[in-house]
Amino acid sequence: MADTQTLVDDILQDTKEGKFKSIQVENVELIELDEGNLLASNENKIEVQKFRKNREDILMQSTRDATQSLFNSLWQLPFEQVEGNYIVTLPESKTWLPREKPVPKKKPLTKWQEYAKLKGVLNKKKSRMVWDEVTKKYKPRWGYQRANDDTKEWLIEVPDNADPYEDQFAKRKTAKGERVAKNELQRLRNIARAQKTKVPGIGLTPTEQPSKDHLSKALAVAYKSTASLGKFTEKLRKEKPSKFTGKKRKFEPSIGDLKKEKEKQLHMLDISAKKIPKIDVTKAANRVLREGDEQRSRERPSRKTPKKHKGKSSFTEKKGGGNKKSRGKRKK
Amino acid sequence: QVHSNQPVSTFACSVSCLTFHESFLTLLLKMQRIVKPKTQQGRRALEKKEPKVHENTKNTLFLRGGNTSLTITQALKELHTLKKPNATLFSKKNATRPFEDQSTVEFFSSKADCSLFMFGCHSKKRPNNLVIGRLFDGQVLDMAEFGVDKFVSMNSIKTQKTAVGLKPCVVISGDFFEENDDAKRLKNLFIDFFRGENVNKVCLTGLEHVLSVHAVNGKIYIRNYRVLLKKSGSRTPRVELEFMGPSLDLSMRRTRYASDDLFKRALKKPLTAKPKKKKNISRDDLGNKLGRVHMKTQNFEKLQARKLKGLKRKGPAEKKTKKTDTGVAKRRKIDPVS
Repeated sequence: MADTQTLVDDILQDTKEGKFKSIQVENVELIELDEGNLLASNENKIEVQKFRKNREDILMQSTRDATQSLFNSLWQLPFEQVEGNYIVTLPESKTWLPREKPVPKKKPLTKWQEYAKLKGVLNKKKSRMVWDEVTKKYKPRWGYQRANDDTKEWLIEVPDNADPYEDQFAKRKTAKGERVAKNELQRLRNIARAQKTKVPGIGLTPTEQPSKDHLSKALAVAYKSTASLGKFTEKLRKEKPSKFTGKKRKFEPSIGDLKKEKEKQLHMLDISAKKIPKIDVTKAANRVLREGDEQRSRERPSRKTPKKHKGKSSFTEKKGGGNKKSRGKRKK
Repeated sequence: QVHSNQPVSTFACSVSCLTFHESFLTLLLKMQRIVKPKTQQGRRALEKKEPKVHENTKNTLFLRGGNTSLTITQALKELHTLKKPNATLFSKKNATRPFEDQSTVEFFSSKADCSLFMFGCHSKKRPNNLVIGRLFDGQVLDMAEFGVDKFVSMNSIKTQKTAVGLKPCVVISGDFFEENDDAKRLKNLFIDFFRGENVNKVCLTGLEHVLSVHAVNGKIYIRNYRVLLKKSGSRTPRVELEFMGPSLDLSMRRTRYASDDLFKRALKKPLTAKPKKKKNISRDDLGNKLGRVHMKTQNFEKLQARKLKGLKRKGPAEKKTKKTDTGVAKRRKIDPVS
């Protein structure tokens, strides 16, 4: 105690005597500080005559004053001690400096993301490693040397309904190739949709079991894919006009068939006289369902992954009851 | 199944749809400049270069012109060491003129991912020329040209230097910088150039380097000092400076600043960067947290005042005298231990 007392006395004596130089700065008003940038702006005028005589000293003096005032303010900021060093939290910078790149634009959601948001599909995280029965090891679920790799099997049983001369290995390989191509196309379509540029129709992606719709579309594409865009392609006798080609809207001529015109006008009068609203039941039902979905997705708290309950979950918590042996004071 | 809703194309839908897809896709990739990186390292490098809400530290590019003098090369080298590791120095000479044609500078900056640059050259008309500039969105924003009248190298001053990579304290002096808008822009350029990293926390012992920019009588003097902290009577130390590092005496030549609206666009801050203020929270003098609850207008005649569970609670007097079915008042259970 006596030692510290003498130490304190010594320091106080020294300051009285003026052994320590002051930390006060003259003309503090003209020194603007921006602690966030460690910046000091000194607007004090430098006398040109003095400057010419003693350049370096005046520069150093001016800098020292500005630095001293900056340090004075820095030492007043809230600090914390980390491993023996004083670390100070700087406030936000006052000077507005231009960015190097423009503000990033919000990316529009992909088709799957929109659907997932609407339906409330959560992203359940899957583990990276999966147990592989064959090699009796943990292997990654996807990627290089993955577990349960379909294409790496050495023995494939030929199914009953398949052609015995079909190459099952090649079949699997081509299926994989098709999947990759489809994925790539969809990725690019998402990008194109985001950039609002049109992807020229490439035709149709190959599918294993094309539907009636798919086949008719493929037929329409094939019909038109000649040098003269299908002008001279012959049609079969009973072939109906394709629903995928032709004009999207058909306008009837305004003059011509008087009988038809009369029929139309009378029909219109009948509808307006009836006062019964014409409702497309299926359309209305779908609209209501979609609205319900949208409302539910809005109300639901948006959570990308389901919350993980660590340790005891709330279900197992017992509130009162049970044979609890209260140790210590009983809580009332 | 995948169906394209676009109008029917003229391309043939052949059996070899796969190969057609591949060729079309590569063409699309090149047209749209969509590069899908093949390695994680490549992907990370691309992500670093794309625009972000909170940006990286600005990198500086040090370039040499077609013809350079010894002072210029020395100045570029030393400022490069000061700005390490956020700086790249090109060793080869590039015969360009930034004030006439900015495309070369822009190209190099985009390749090296730098948004600040310093270009040095020497000619009879403009001896010891130094151009400091910055870029926004791959285009030159501001440029300022100086002539180096005097240069004192770091190596000629035999004192201890500061560590590499420290954030310097920048001191800008002189009332010249408040005269007009151009001068203010120049001050902004200097701050941007010499600032260093953008940090939230600073270690007090790491404040060693001070870089001062003085504007006196139409000339600019750049000096570098090392900070020595001396004892003072109080907690805050007394600052003493020791001259280290390169010193530059610059005379101003040409400048080219961006237009006001381009500058404003560059200054724009993203909304997410600002912390959102929570409204309707206030504190009274006792430190209690208060908020306002807004109610609809209540019809007092039709208020629900019956069957409110909260009002059902019986008083302590009533509880004690509650009788059981047999009519005998319940006895309190006596703890056998006590």
